[in-house]
Amino acid sequence: MENQTVTPSELKTEEFVVNIGPQHPATHGVLRVEVTLDGETVKDVLPHLGYIHRGIEKMTESLGYKQSIFLTSRMDYLSAHINNHLCALAIEKAAQIEVPARAKAIRIIMDELQRLTSHELWWGSCAMDIGAVTPFFLGFRDRERILELFEQNTGNRLTMSYIIPGGVMNDVRPDFVPKLKALLKSIKDYRKEYDQLITGNYIFQHRTQGIGVLSKEQAISLGCTGPTARASGLSCDIRKLYPYDGYEKLDFKEVIDYGCDNWARYVVRMEEMSQSIHIIEQLLDNLPTGDYRTKLKGVLKLPAGEYYQRVESARGELGVYIVSDGGAKPYRMKFRTPCYSNLGAVKPISVGMKIADLMANMATIDLVIPDMDR
Amino acid sequence: MISMIQFSDVTTWIHQLLSSCMAPWLVFLIELVVAAVAAVVALLVCVIIMVYMERKVAGHMQLRHGPNRVGWHGLCQLFADIIKLLLKESFTPTRADKLLFTVAPVLSLCVSLLALAPISWGPGLVLWNTNIGVLFVTAISSMGVIGILMAGWSSNNKYALLGAMRSGAQIVSYELSAGLSIVTIVALAGTLNTGGIIESQANGWWVLKGHLPAIFAFIIYIIASTAECNRAPFDLAEAESELTAGYHTEYSGMQFGIFYLNEYINMGVVAMIASTLFLGGWQPFYLPFDFPLAHAFNDIMALKFMETWPAWISWVSLAWPLVWFFGKLFLIIFFMMWFRWTFPRLRIDQLLKLEWKYLLPLSIVNLVIVALFIVLGLHF
Repeated sequence: MENQTVTPSELKTEEFVVNIGPQHPATHGVLRVEVTLDGETVKDVLPHLGYIHRGIEKMTESLGYKQSIFLTSRMDYLSAHINNHLCALAIEKAAQIEVPARAKAIRIIMDELQRLTSHELWWGSCAMDIGAVTPFFLGFRDRERILELFEQNTGNRLTMSYIIPGGVMNDVRPDFVPKLKALLKSIKDYRKEYDQLITGNYIFQHRTQGIGVLSKEQAISLGCTGPTARASGLSCDIRKLYPYDGYEKLDFKEVIDYGCDNWARYVVRMEEMSQSIHIIEQLLDNLPTGDYRTKLKGVLKLPAGEYYQRVESARGELGVYIVSDGGAKPYRMKFRTPCYSNLGAVKPISVGMKIADLMANMATIDLVIPDMDR
Repeated sequence: MISMIQFSDVTTWIHQLLSSCMAPWLVFLIELVVAAVAAVVALLVCVIIMVYMERKVAGHMQLRHGPNRVGWHGLCQLFADIIKLLLKESFTPTRADKLLFTVAPVLSLCVSLLALAPISWGPGLVLWNTNIGVLFVTAISSMGVIGILMAGWSSNNKYALLGAMRSGAQIVSYELSAGLSIVTIVALAGTLNTGGIIESQANGWWVLKGHLPAIFAFIIYIIASTAECNRAPFDLAEAESELTAGYHTEYSGMQFGIFYLNEYINMGVVAMIASTLFLGGWQPFYLPFDFPLAHAFNDIMALKFMETWPAWISWVSLAWPLVWFFGKLFLIIFFMMWFRWTFPRLRIDQLLKLEWKYLLPLSIVNLVIVALFIVLGLHF
């Protein structure tokens, strides 16, 4: 019998392709990720978009400026207030509309509450992607309290369309401030539970520390923004760099971490929640009185030209680029959404890792699919 | 155990009754079937309680109520679910290996049920009183992985295959430290018979006797057996955030139901072994001190006060060991549920690292220490 020796380099394992999504528990929406696997190790990641493309940018071209606000709520459904705020700011800048001080304060409170809801939901779903189910319910419980407040004051829970050009849709209810104060107190208590259940957990720390390293250079070249980039040491908080609606007068810290890994992204988001609470507390004690909006004409026309406005959404820099031909409808409205740019980071940080790490990476980047597809 | 009526009296009485009117082979056959059915039914009742308990425990840990619509406090929810599963089509994917796909759930169910045979439920209440009892359970429970591998391979699904491969690596690894921690207790007790091991704990459960190696073995066994059952935080075989449902992704209807049932039967068997080896099985809790109050307590635990009662009431004392046995069973199961609903999942390399770098060396050292103890005659 012939004695054949096989060296380890000749032995090859077959790579295979697995479709994660469009219907998959880890993608939280209809993202399809084509993953090439060698056993458990990820060799290539190829995201496919378009499963929830609704043509929002095109639809704005046949609607007035005021009406397009309502479409932006549907983009990133977890930060509808911030999307509305962006659109309102861009229109106000173009049409040179003055916004009352009370409206500005209410807008910032709503923005920060929205950031809290978004991060709370993220916290739950991130822990669920790493395998713990219970945090999901805790995250939803706390988010629910804020959504109730939104419902009382804006009439809606998810797609508020409350922030409009010239101010806000209606004034907040008389009991808004005391209710919000009580709410903030309980949110602070809930934060302790978060740390007890997940932050201090040995398994969770080992699943996130040193995993999914996104260097500062990569973050810059991929156009990452928000907590994802700030966890890589990149200062990119629009609220600090290009303040709007009075963020410059408030005392808050831009949360930056130099860890670059999943743990750093986790820590940044947790700390951002504390900063949001801090911002709201400063505004609550002296909420300006007066008008809540400037009356505008029925049909709003922007002077011909090009306008760009950016805000800090819960996931990063959200921008809108408006081209106006002087008419009542935008010639073109282009959104620069944070999730679309951040999605690019999934491949470089996941290749060579295990498939379980891919889920953890996608979770800490905090992808919201309708925000990418629009 | 000082109770007036023993289970062995009952079984002997039945045996004599049957022998008086039947051929010996027929008696044997009837006894075999009756005993097997009784054990399986008892276990299925346990499973029903476990499923209900899991839902309620999970619910209350997650700020929910758990099932509360079907029946009183949702007690009939499981039956509604079983009816639903039975009415659903058991779908086989087109390109699946039909034979293996159909056999896999049945095989894993049979294997899990076989492990039940040598377990001692109460004094004299054992299906197969064999001198290799614990060895048999260890041998049989390591065969459970074959059913999972068959299911994963035959489904012709990548998720299922990945889940099955993970499960294979995991169960084969954790068998080792689970086995070694069992051997630790076997060495201390000096027998492989489950009844004998329980009898050896009459003067104190092995975890409470003060043997440090026994306590280590208990902790290692709980971790390793949670992993063997594919329960969170070691549920990599069905990691739902990565592999949707792992090895049973393609299963539907009652075939899925059998895998689900199987998970709980495995949990039950593992908890029974743990309570037999470490928590004294059906032995009540005795205080190991020598002063009057402790004696009084121990007398109550041994049901001494029932000796003066009329015979027809003392039948109740038959249930006393069962109360302890099932109490310990569900205590361990509660801990396993607690793990599941609070811990995140490990990654596959961390899982194997935990076993090969920490648990296995620890259990080997543990066993060597116990062996030294026994050679030097230090154990009690």
